[in-house]
Formats: sequence, structure tokens, C-alpha cells
Amino acid sequence: MTTAPVRTIAPAAPLPLRQRIRLWIESEPVLAYLFMSPGWLILLLFMSYPFFLGIWISLTDRTVGLPTGEFVGLRNYRDLLRDGVFRLTVLNTFIYGFVTVPFKLLLGLLLALLLNQAFRLRNVLRAALLLPWIVPTALSSLAWLMLYDPVLSPFSWLLKDWGVVEGSIAFLGSRVNAIVSLCVANIWRGTPFFAVAILAGLQAVPHELHEAAAIEGANAVQRFFAVTLPVIRGIVVITTLFSIIWTFADFQLVYVLTKGGPANSTHIFGTFAWQEGIGGAGKLGMGAAVSLYMFPILAALSAILLRYVRSQET
Amino acid sequence: MAEVIYDHVTKRFDSVVAVNDLTLEVKDGEFLVLVGPSGCGKTTALRCLAGLEEVTSGDILIGDRVVTHIPPKDRDIAMVFQNYALYPHMTVYDNMAFGLKLRKVPKQEIDRRVKEAAEILGIQDLLNRKPRQLSGGQRQRVALGRAIVREPQVFLMDEPLSNLDAKLRVQTRGELIKLQRRLGVTTIYVTHDQVEAMTMGHRIAVMNQGVLQQLDTPENLYDRPANLFVATFIGSPAMNIFPAKVVSGDGSYRLVAGEVTLEVPPSHRSRLADYVDREVLLGIRPEDLEVVVGSEAQRGDTVRLPVELIEPLGAETLVHLRGPAGTLIAQGEPRIHLNPGDVVTVRVRTEHLHTFDPQTEMAIF
Repeated sequence: MTTAPVRTIAPAAPLPLRQRIRLWIESEPVLAYLFMSPGWLILLLFMSYPFFLGIWISLTDRTVGLPTGEFVGLRNYRDLLRDGVFRLTVLNTFIYGFVTVPFKLLLGLLLALLLNQAFRLRNVLRAALLLPWIVPTALSSLAWLMLYDPVLSPFSWLLKDWGVVEGSIAFLGSRVNAIVSLCVANIWRGTPFFAVAILAGLQAVPHELHEAAAIEGANAVQRFFAVTLPVIRGIVVITTLFSIIWTFADFQLVYVLTKGGPANSTHIFGTFAWQEGIGGAGKLGMGAAVSLYMFPILAALSAILLRYVRSQET
Repeated sequence: MAEVIYDHVTKRFDSVVAVNDLTLEVKDGEFLVLVGPSGCGKTTALRCLAGLEEVTSGDILIGDRVVTHIPPKDRDIAMVFQNYALYPHMTVYDNMAFGLKLRKVPKQEIDRRVKEAAEILGIQDLLNRKPRQLSGGQRQRVALGRAIVREPQVFLMDEPLSNLDAKLRVQTRGELIKLQRRLGVTTIYVTHDQVEAMTMGHRIAVMNQGVLQQLDTPENLYDRPANLFVATFIGSPAMNIFPAKVVSGDGSYRLVAGEVTLEVPPSHRSRLADYVDREVLLGIRPEDLEVVVGSEAQRGDTVRLPVELIEPLGAETLVHLRGPAGTLIAQGEPRIHLNPGDVVTVRVRTEHLHTFDPQTEMAIF
């Protein structure tokens, strides 16, 4: 064995300042934060700032038109709890969110299963399916407003023609009617989202699994539960949670169809907050407090959603 | 256990004929391999037997039962898929038990059969795992286990080894053969790999373009191919084929291609009587061309050919020779020392010559 001659290495001269700064910036931890900073900036400016401003306003008696308001602590929140309309609003929101979602899920699943079959015009139908979802809600809600018209509603006309009902139906005329009508319109708008998401999931179900199950003796229903459902379960859970969150935070459909009426009986959080804060009374503090009552519910749902997504990743 | 019969089975997809008038009888307990290039209809033929494809015409029998229009689940078959088709959310145990549960087999019986199959396949320790936690070879075993527990009349296997790496494939091939011989269940095995076909099957059905070319034992397919397609498909490297003219004189027959002249062995002469002064296709397997190092006198069974290329494979050396019509490949000894451009003497084992009719491509001998 031969040994290499020992070489002495001279200590390196200190680097110039500019080079040291560059090395520091290019080090991984620093660079990572640097790349994240635009995203952080957008989040801070457009999400965090309004959020914390909203919290602050909800603690004041600020009104529209006045630059500042008095700090009133949790008075707005307390007053809301005593307000019958607000309590009805909470109930409406839960009905709206939890009644429509199962229907959207079921209809979306059926549509997806149907559109996953091979038939002529399938692609046309798949594209058409998305229409309720991509048409601006404000516009499609106007169409529903016409369908629910107390005098001109084609639904009333048809039912009268078939002899089911005597006179026109006041679709939006009473609380129960109005809530059912709102739910129907919401289901119509939300079903495509489920259908498209689940359809994408169905296409990921390997064909051989169905064939293997068919050979082993499973009929169509058994195959659905044994093969299809487990594969699309993740997508179903995620779309359901998303849909609940979106339905809870809805505004447009209710605003266009009922504006919370009749007699403030069909408000959900979004429309009631608008009416309290901007539309009617102009009590910004109160409106902000209404919105913030939604926060714990949505935060909890989001936490469940994120947990689920992460559990699927590992 | 049962025999399987394809009786004039045809399967069309719109205008494409995937399986054309297939008539085939698989004996009870036989391991039959369906082999052919991709698109030859072998998989479609298997899927027709499974009931995953409806036949266009003809009948399929399992045992003495016509199953042509019976749904897959009532055919008493089990299938192993190329990608295994294991249920991803079920454990190995549940994957294997699924079919039995559907058939309302008592729980204890299910348990007994699953454990027995697991032991045969050496996967007892994997029963609680999910498929994604298994290696390719282990998944393949589970797929086999799922078929075994069903105790079906027929096993259908669609290229079950092609997703394994080369070494594991050879190992599993051997195990699969032993397993089938042990269980004695009629097995129909689809592959495009002629080595698998030759090593595994009691008999092999070679298909091309939807048509059954030849159904025979591995030895007969190799030594007596029925036509040009089978001759070139079976064997690696493929049989050398080139045109040659049949010349007769002095009571003997010779095949002449360019400067190459080969004496036809007496046993085959009568078959060539109709082809005198006509061209036939001459076929010689690479191992029937013996490269003789050193000079040797020309005889009726030797030719002199220049070397184009040497491919040393270790156990053998492939010698590419410039033949009368394109390259001829000869299988030479290992560690043979030759250089491109060398002219060598090649001895032809004329008793193993093949000839084919150039029009019909059917074997003459």
C-alpha cells in the first residue's frame, strides 16, 4: 500500500460580503421561505386581514357610513343569541346544508354511474351535465325565480293541467314552501359537482376488478358495494365535505330567490349577515358577528376534511 | 374437473374477427397453453370461455354442459388476470374468501380452504396484509390462491407471469407447473411467450389472426410445425427460412438456393415429387446448422458461408452467416473464435430440414 503525500490546505480567505449574502439567500431554508412569500403575502392581504378586521368589527357597534364605532365586546354575539330571526337562520342553514347534500350525493352518484356506461351521445351528455355548475348562480337563480313565479310558474301550470292541484302554488310564499323550493334549486345546482367528481373516480376503477368479481359470483349490486364503492370512497367523502361547506356558506341562490323572506323566515348565515350588516339596518358590527358564528362550524368541517385527505395520503 | 370444448366458436367485434371458427378440445386435467402474437385472439378466446365476452357464433362446453349463454359466475371457473385484479381495500384473506362468501360457503369451510391454499402457496404470513403492501410476486400468489380456494372445474390464466421480473418469472413458472400437476385441474393458460408455452403446456394451441394454426405437444410443434407461421413463431432464435428450388436427378432430390445445394434425405423424397423444378420455402433451425471450425471437405450436407456477425450468449454463440437470401443464423459452440468476414464450413442436419409450400405456406415435410 502506498500513502499519498499529505497536503496542507491553506485556510480560505473570507468571502466578500455580496457573495456571502448570495450564499445565505440560496441556502435551502431561506430560499424556501422566499418562494413561499408571494403566497403568504396574498393570504395575508386578502384572507387574514379581512378575517381579523371582521373579528374586530364584530366587537364594535360600527355602522355603514360612519368611519369608526365603539368597542362593545361580545354584545353583538349576545344580542344575536336572543334574536329569534338569528336562531331561525341557524336552523335554516343546518336544514339547507344537511338536507340537500344527501340528495346531491345520491343523484350525483346515480348520474355518474349512468354516464359511466357506454352509449351514444355520452360525451355530449357529460358536457351538458356540467351546465348547472358552470352557469353563474345569480343567472340560474333568476331562471328558478321564474319557475317559482306565483302566477306564471310552469310547475303550477303543469300540475293544474294534470289535475293534481286546484290553484297556483306559492312556491316562495310560506316558510316551508320556500325552504323546500330553495333546497330543490340547490340540489339542481350542486348535483353536477358530485356527478363529475364521482365519474372521475369511477373511471379509475380497474375493469378487471369487476370482471374478477363477476366470475367469483357477484351480481351488479354486490359488485358496486365490493368493488366500486371502496375505490371511490375517498372521492365521495371529500366531495361531500366540500359540498356541506359550500352549502353552509351559500348566499346567491337564497338572496335571489327569497332575500330571506317571507318575513325573514328563510335566511341562512350569508343572507342574514348581509341584511344585518349592509342591506337593511347597516349594522356592520352585527353583520360581522353573524358571519363569525359560521366560523367554528366551517372550521370543524374543514379540519375533518383536511384530516381525511392527509390520512389518505399516507 | 372437466374437459373444455370450443365448438366452431367465432367472436366478432364490429368488423374485426377476433376468433375465427375455433374448434378445440381440452382434456380433463390438461394444461393447455394458448399462444400467439398480440392481437391473435388468444385472450378473446379465453374471455369467451370465462363468459366475459359473448360469442358471436358457436358453442362452448365445460364438462358436458353447454355454457355459451351462462353468466360467468355459473360456469364454475376461476380466472387469474395479468394485473392480478386483487381488491385493493380487502386483506389477502378477504380477497381469497370473497368468492366463497358470495357462494354462502360456511365460515369454517372458508377458513379451512383459505388457510390450505395459503400454505400451498407459502403466503400464510401475508393473510392480514392489503395488496398494496405486497410485492409483485406475492400478489401473483394471492391471485392464484383466490382461484385455488374456489376449487373450480377449470383455471383460466391470462398472462399471469408477464408482470413479474425475468428471474421471478422463471421461478414462478416452475412452481405453477408443479401446482397444476398436483391439483390436476384443467387449466387454460394464455401467453405470448413461446418459452412459457413450450415449458408449461401438455399441449399448445398456436393462434394467429384469430385462427388456430396448430394444436399439438411442445415436441411436435417444434419438430413438425404444420405451417410457416408455427415454424417461425416457435423457437428462438427463429427458424431460418429461404427459397430453394427442388432439383431431381439420379433418383435423388436436391434443394438448390444460390450456391447452396442440399441433399434431401431419402425419407422425405416422396413428399417433394410434386415440387420438382419448382420453388419451395426451406426452413432450418439455427441449432441444425453446425459451424465446423477448420477446413473440411465439401459434402452433400455442408456449405461454405461467410460470417457476418458473432453474438456470444455464454452458453452458446449465435453466428450470423451471409446466406443465399439474407442472413442465416447458426447456433454455434460457446467460446467459438470467429471474426466477421471469415468463411466457415457449415454442416446442415438435413434430417431436420423443413419445407413449406410457398403459396399455401403449409408444411411439405
